[in-house]
Amino acid sequence: MRIYVPGDSAARSVGADKVAVAIAVEAAARGMDVQIVRNGTRGMIWLEPLVEIDRGQGREAFGPVAVEDVSALLDGTLVGLGPTDDLDWMKRQTRLTFARCGVIDPLSLADYEAHGGLSGLRRAAGMTGVEIVEEVTASGLRGRGGAGFPTGIKWKTVLGAEAPQKYIVCNADEGDSGTFADRMIMEGDPFTLIEGMAIAGLGVGATRGYVYLRSEYPDAIEVMNAAVRIARDAGVLGADVVGSGRAFDMEIRVGAGAYVCGEETSLLNSLEGKRGVVRAKPPLPALEGLFGRPTVVNNVISLATVPVIFEKGAQHYADFGLGRSRGTATLQIAGNVARGGLFETAFGISLGEVVNDIGGGTASGRPVKAVQVGGPLGAYMPVSKFDTPMGYEEFDQNGGLIGHAGLVVFDDSADMLKMARFAMEFCAVESCGKCTPCRIGAVRGVETIDRIAQGDAGAAALLTDLCETMKDGSLCALGGFTPFPVMSALTHFPDDFATAKEAAE
Amino acid sequence: MTRMPVAPPDADLRALIDAHLHLEGPLLPILHALQEAYGHVPEAARPLIAEALNISRAELHGVISFYHDFREVPAGRHVVKICRAEACQAVGGTSLADAALDRLGVGWHGTTANGAVTIEPVYCLGLCACGPAAMVDGQVVGRLDAARLDALLTEAGA
Repeated sequence: MRIYVPGDSAARSVGADKVAVAIAVEAAARGMDVQIVRNGTRGMIWLEPLVEIDRGQGREAFGPVAVEDVSALLDGTLVGLGPTDDLDWMKRQTRLTFARCGVIDPLSLADYEAHGGLSGLRRAAGMTGVEIVEEVTASGLRGRGGAGFPTGIKWKTVLGAEAPQKYIVCNADEGDSGTFADRMIMEGDPFTLIEGMAIAGLGVGATRGYVYLRSEYPDAIEVMNAAVRIARDAGVLGADVVGSGRAFDMEIRVGAGAYVCGEETSLLNSLEGKRGVVRAKPPLPALEGLFGRPTVVNNVISLATVPVIFEKGAQHYADFGLGRSRGTATLQIAGNVARGGLFETAFGISLGEVVNDIGGGTASGRPVKAVQVGGPLGAYMPVSKFDTPMGYEEFDQNGGLIGHAGLVVFDDSADMLKMARFAMEFCAVESCGKCTPCRIGAVRGVETIDRIAQGDAGAAALLTDLCETMKDGSLCALGGFTPFPVMSALTHFPDDFATAKEAAE
Repeated sequence: MTRMPVAPPDADLRALIDAHLHLEGPLLPILHALQEAYGHVPEAARPLIAEALNISRAELHGVISFYHDFREVPAGRHVVKICRAEACQAVGGTSLADAALDRLGVGWHGTTANGAVTIEPVYCLGLCACGPAAMVDGQVVGRLDAARLDALLTEAGA
C-alpha cells in the first residue's frame, strides 16, 4: 500500500510532517507494508494535509487529516473524499503545467519520466535553435510572471545575439502576496523547471542557467538543489544534455529578502552581487543581461510550461485559451476564501466564477468585498467587475492586471483605505531607491492617504495626481503599478475614503 | 538585545570566502554562508570580502544594507517571521501580528529582553491559501490563530 503525504510547505505548515510520522509509526506497529511518498500538493490547500491512499485501485483522498485520524485512516474507517481524480476541483481543471504536481515523488526522475517528463527535452534535442524558438512562439506562451510578454520573441532576440556566453535566468523571486504557483511547482515537480530551462538553453544557445529563488522559500531551495544534483548525475544537465552533444548546466541562487529583485533587471544586479537596483531599459536583458551577456529572463511558470509544449506540441497548448492569451492560467486562489489553492484552467474563465464557484466565496461566510488580482501591484476588483474574463487584455481593459494570476479575496470587513495605505507603505519599504517617483512618491502616498483619513478634503485629488506621476515616471512596475491597488481602492470603494472625512465635517 | 559576538578568526572567514570565489557573482552566496555560520555578517569579514572581490568597503556596505536578510548583529535565539502581506491580512493577519508585538513588548525587528525571540515582518511566505502564516526558525506555520501563535512564542521562550 502506498500512502501519499504532501511534503509541500503549505501542507507542512498545517501539520503534514506530523501526520507522515504518525502513519509510519502506526503502520510499523501494526506490521503493515506501507510505502510513504512525500509528494507535492494537488493544490487543494483547504484540504491539506491531504493524504492519499493507493491500495492498488487508484488513489483515494482524505483531508484535512490530523494525527488523531491516522488510526482510522489505516483501519480503513476514516471517511474520505473519494478518488482524487474524481474530485470536482480536479476534474474541472486543465492541468498542463501542473500535470505531475502532487502526483509524483518530486525527486524521483523515474517517476518524472514515467509521467511524460524529459520527452519534451529529447524532442528539443533533435531540433535546431531556430526550430525550438519557433515552437515556443507558435504555442503563444506569454510571460507568466506578470508582464505577459511573448516568450518566443524574447528567446528569438537572445538566439540572434552573438556572444561568447549566454544565460538562462529563472525568476523564482515570487514575492507577490497571493501567489504560490512557483513555490508549488518547484517543491512538487522540480524537474519540469530544470527541463524547461534546458530546452531554453538549447534553443537560444545558452550553456548556463541560474534560478534566483527567494530566501523566504527554504523548502523550495532544498528541493531544487537536490533536483539539480540528480539531473546532473543523470546527464539531463551537463556537457552532453540527454545525449544531444550540447551543454547546459544550472545553479540555484538564493535571494536576500528584497521584493524588488522580482523585477528582472534588479534580479540580474542581485545575481551579479550588487544592490538590487533596477536598470534602465534599453538595453534589454535579452541583449545585455547577466554580466552584460544576452540573457533569457523568464518566470518559473513560463519555463515550467515549456516541457509540455514540446511534449504535446505547440498547437496542443495554443488550442486552449482566449484571444491573445493562449494556454492555461495557473490561478492561485487565496486570502479569505472557502476553497483556496491552485487551479489551472484555460484563459477565459470569469473572475466571478473563480471566486464564487471554484473558490466557494469567502471563508468567513461574509459577502465578498474585493479581490486583489495580480499581487500587491494589482488592482482591487469590486464585485461589479466579476464578469471580467481571465485574460491579459481583458483585465487591462477593466483597469486591472492578471499579473502572476494570484487572487486574494477580501470580505466586507476589509477597510480599503487601509489596504491602499498598505500598498504605498509596502512600496516605500521595498523601493530600490533609484527613481524619484517611487522612492519619494510612496512615502508621500502614505502621508496623503493619512490626510484623507483625517478628513482633508483636497487630499484625494492630490493622491490621484501623485499616482499619475508614479505611473508615468517610475522606472519599473513597483512604483509604476502601486497606483493600481491605490486608485482601484479609491475609485471603487469611495465610502471607505469618505467616512472619516464626513465624520470630521 | 544586542549581543556583540567575539570576532571569528580571519583564517576561518577567509576560508569561507575563498570557498565561493569560483562562482560567478559570488557576493550573495558569501554573505549567506557567513550569516549561516555566524548568525550575522561579522564586521571582521568585511575588509576580507572587499579585498577578495576587489570592491570598495562602501560598495560592500551598500550591498549588505540593501537586503533585508543580512544582519549586522545576531538575532535572538529564535526568529519568528510573521507575514504582513495582503492574503494574510484578509484572514486577520494584522491583528494577530499586533497581538504578538504587544505580548513581546517590542516593535518589528525587535528582540525580547531575554534574547529569546526576534520578531520580523515578512512579505509573503507563499502560504496565501492557508494564512495567516508565519515562519519560526525556517519552519513554516499556517492557519495561525491567536492561541497557536501564543503557544509558538511560549515554546520559543518569549
